[in-house]
Amino acid sequence: MADVPAADPRHLIEEYGPHISDSPVTGWNDKPIPDKLVETHCCFCGMQCGIKLAVSDNKVVGFEPWEEFPFNEGRLCPKGVKRYMQTHHPDRLLDPLIRTDSGFRKATWDEALDLIVSKIQDIQKRLGHDAVGMMSGVSLSNEKSYLVGKFARLGLQTKQLDYNGRFCMVSAGAGNKKAFGIDRAANTWQDIPEAEVLFVAGSNVSECFPTLMHYIWKARDRGAQVIVVDPRLTPISRTAEYHLALRPGTDSALYQALLHELIRNNWLDHEFIAECCTGWEELRTSVETCTPEWAGEICGLDPDLIRRVAEVWGKAKTSFLMHARGIEQHTKGTDNVLGCINLVLATGRIGRKGCGYGTITGQGNGQGGREHGHKCDQLPGNRDIENPEHRAHICKVWDITDEQLPHKGVTAVEMFEQAHDGELAAMINICCNPIVSHPDTNYLREALERLEFFVVIDFFMSETARYADVILPGSLHEEEEGTSTSAEARVIRIRAAVTPPANARSDSWILIEIARRLGQGKYFPYGNTQEIFEELRLASSGGTADYAGITWERIEREMGVFWPCPTVDHPGTPRLFEDRKSYHADGKFHLYPTPYRLSAEVPDAEYPIYYTSGRSVFHYLSGTQTRRIKFLVDQCPGPTCEMHPELATALGLVDRQLVTVESRRGKLTVPLEVVDTIRHDTVFVPYHWAERLAANQITIRALDPISKMPEFKVAACRVRPATPEEAQQLRVDYGDLRLLATSKDASPRGENRP
Amino acid sequence: MTVVIQDMFIDFQRCIGCMACVAACSECHTHRGNSMIHVDEVDPGHSTQTVPMICMHCKVPTCAMSCPADAIKMDEQGIVHSSLKPRCIACRNCELTCPFGVPIIQEDIQQMQKCDMCYDRTSAGKKPMCATVCPTGAISYGNVEDMKRNRPHSKPINQWRFGKQLVETRVYVMVPHDIDEMLVDWPEMLKGAQGPVDLAVQLRDRFIQMGKLPTEVPLGPVAATPNQIPENLQPTTVPGGPEFL
Repeated sequence: MADVPAADPRHLIEEYGPHISDSPVTGWNDKPIPDKLVETHCCFCGMQCGIKLAVSDNKVVGFEPWEEFPFNEGRLCPKGVKRYMQTHHPDRLLDPLIRTDSGFRKATWDEALDLIVSKIQDIQKRLGHDAVGMMSGVSLSNEKSYLVGKFARLGLQTKQLDYNGRFCMVSAGAGNKKAFGIDRAANTWQDIPEAEVLFVAGSNVSECFPTLMHYIWKARDRGAQVIVVDPRLTPISRTAEYHLALRPGTDSALYQALLHELIRNNWLDHEFIAECCTGWEELRTSVETCTPEWAGEICGLDPDLIRRVAEVWGKAKTSFLMHARGIEQHTKGTDNVLGCINLVLATGRIGRKGCGYGTITGQGNGQGGREHGHKCDQLPGNRDIENPEHRAHICKVWDITDEQLPHKGVTAVEMFEQAHDGELAAMINICCNPIVSHPDTNYLREALERLEFFVVIDFFMSETARYADVILPGSLHEEEEGTSTSAEARVIRIRAAVTPPANARSDSWILIEIARRLGQGKYFPYGNTQEIFEELRLASSGGTADYAGITWERIEREMGVFWPCPTVDHPGTPRLFEDRKSYHADGKFHLYPTPYRLSAEVPDAEYPIYYTSGRSVFHYLSGTQTRRIKFLVDQCPGPTCEMHPELATALGLVDRQLVTVESRRGKLTVPLEVVDTIRHDTVFVPYHWAERLAANQITIRALDPISKMPEFKVAACRVRPATPEEAQQLRVDYGDLRLLATSKDASPRGENRP
Repeated sequence: MTVVIQDMFIDFQRCIGCMACVAACSECHTHRGNSMIHVDEVDPGHSTQTVPMICMHCKVPTCAMSCPADAIKMDEQGIVHSSLKPRCIACRNCELTCPFGVPIIQEDIQQMQKCDMCYDRTSAGKKPMCATVCPTGAISYGNVEDMKRNRPHSKPINQWRFGKQLVETRVYVMVPHDIDEMLVDWPEMLKGAQGPVDLAVQLRDRFIQMGKLPTEVPLGPVAATPNQIPENLQPTTVPGGPEFL
């Protein structure tokens, strides 16, 4: 790793952005009539809305709503509408780049790949195969996710592989596996309008999954009541019948108290509990003292409100409970998820029409990407890498011996800790931007700087790529054929609308080419991505995430197929558990007590305020794509800190003042937004920006012991006025968020019109 | 055969402020990056309520009546169009007189542009772009009977009273069942109200008097939950006063 100051990269920003662009590649004046409309899906978020990309002469020039696609029927959020502007963005990486003393220089593919291969071979010879790690992400298609897993284990021959789902929803997966023996939403969204009570735990559905709101409103039109648990009054909680604005990190206490009330009032499905569940007695005993008063004290909620919500949930005939990052990104994320599941199972409302449960997966392919073996402990089909039978199946499909298949590696944060400690010497990173998304940014920066050799595959120069030794220009969602799996477990077709520009290559080609040059090419004999999917079908066959019966042709014909789907004549499985059986060997639903415990860090005299983070509707994850689209940046240019007026008054702060938020790990200067819509003891900062604007400078690198999910949702902080120096730096950094792209042939918005 | 253009509905309570309508409107081939829709924050800092505003297509359009150049025309389907380029003198009368604040003079082309209910789409049997993409149904397209059936907790109305002006619009808004027309006025009883919260209190009390609301109505969900600021906070100041962007 050379000594270029990647954290303060004026010259890199000037050359590679992010710049903002607000024009189709053709300009507004000469926008051509498209020669085809390609039916594909939005690349942002787990809803995977259907969309048609308008293509003219190998250029994406616009979009049309895809009203026939059954999930969203043409509906989109602003990210989906403007997504096409990323394809030919002036910041697009068009050549491999190799680090120099002053920045990066263009290289040929041969030069870049040879350098990578020689470095990997040298490091692995000196330090062992596991000194090289692979970090991936679940905005990749199913085919690419599967390929990354195989590439790491057979191409790099390392056990060190993990993915950014570790920063997203792994606590949901861990909780679902413990309770149900399967990791997916139990129902399709079609069950939401059939439910009379909707329980939304820790999800700003209105900003993070706008197109799911249609289903929630359909339920409300039929008389459903909505309960939202969130420290903030988000647009969905604004119209909810019950808003439980709890203290960050206290969710599990709330669910315990709700269960306590269900038991006390006998709002239970005794038959379901007795016949279908295990662990009831232990669970029942564990909540005996968890009264609404007890939880009210912990959560900062009115005990009567908890009682009222318990009654609404308890007396319902049908219901749908959904949760997201708000309860999952905690050191007790798995407990929070299990606490929610306990409320569902105790009332027996699952596996039937209008009786649903599910996590709302956030990343584009957050569902499919977490099933086919690019987690540290997982093999395709959601198999366990330490299970001898599971290993044998994969060894057979891959035509290798058990010795060739590495064992379990460490999780994402632990891998970066190994890099920090010097144990991990090299890393290949695809589809992940940890300098934005990893907790405790300052620690992560040190980890990246200590890597001896770092490769990033990306289509734009993400802020993480600035730390790389070699950057390989990969492909966008709309440049490679494949499939993804939406948050409701619907496997759908992603279509290539155009080919990668200039010297950019498809992600699959890049991975296969590195493997080939490492002498492992025989394991990657694919002529196209469909052949990867055909192998994925075999590899997943017999696993819980069984895709064996799903073909690309079926997906196209049936507008998606829900897994598990073991054979080609199997209709797929939209709703799980209709036979009242789980996927555990005993067929039972497992109940677990979730005794309340404190978050890793709670406010004290020195850092007296709760800090929590989240998303804006205008940006996707680490913002590498959305921070380059002017319309989205205009609506939400940079991070702000939301604070209640009473807290602001006590601290002597005013609206729009520049403030510095500090924790034990770092500080962040942002404009203050004084709003009534947040708890008095909590501040909120959205996380889509990097380096000095990263919300994660404040967060803590503390992990859930089961899921190894970091605690993004709770930290202790203090807030003070920014110093003149900090304020000046922020003005510069904010200015950098709006640097205009100069496009050669595009006429800007509203100019030169006839 | 001419396609019959259906009706549009705005359902304010459903708006989440995501601006998908604005984004999509700007993509129209003829708009070239400009949106004809506004999304307003109702009470920023106090509420997350936002409202979309498209052209309401008044049955007697004030913009057209006030146009000295006779440049604004309504077609036989009741769609009020952007000003006719050869006639428009960009005088801004339409901007000033429209009770909904919809028309905008585009400076660079010296012409009034506004929502025409996506005439290119609706006249070809498609839905307008905003109503197609809106993720919540805050803007939708269809017929009155379907709306009444699908959204039984509210009803569509299209009568507005702006002071002494009664306006009937082609576009409907979804409102509670006990409302028959939108009263956009400053009622005598509310003169002297101190800001939005005071106004809300007065309105609430007025509705309770009228028997249209139960007596215990919280003003906002967060206010109903007990939570306090941390104890012993010390305000800090910097010499030179607060900094801003």
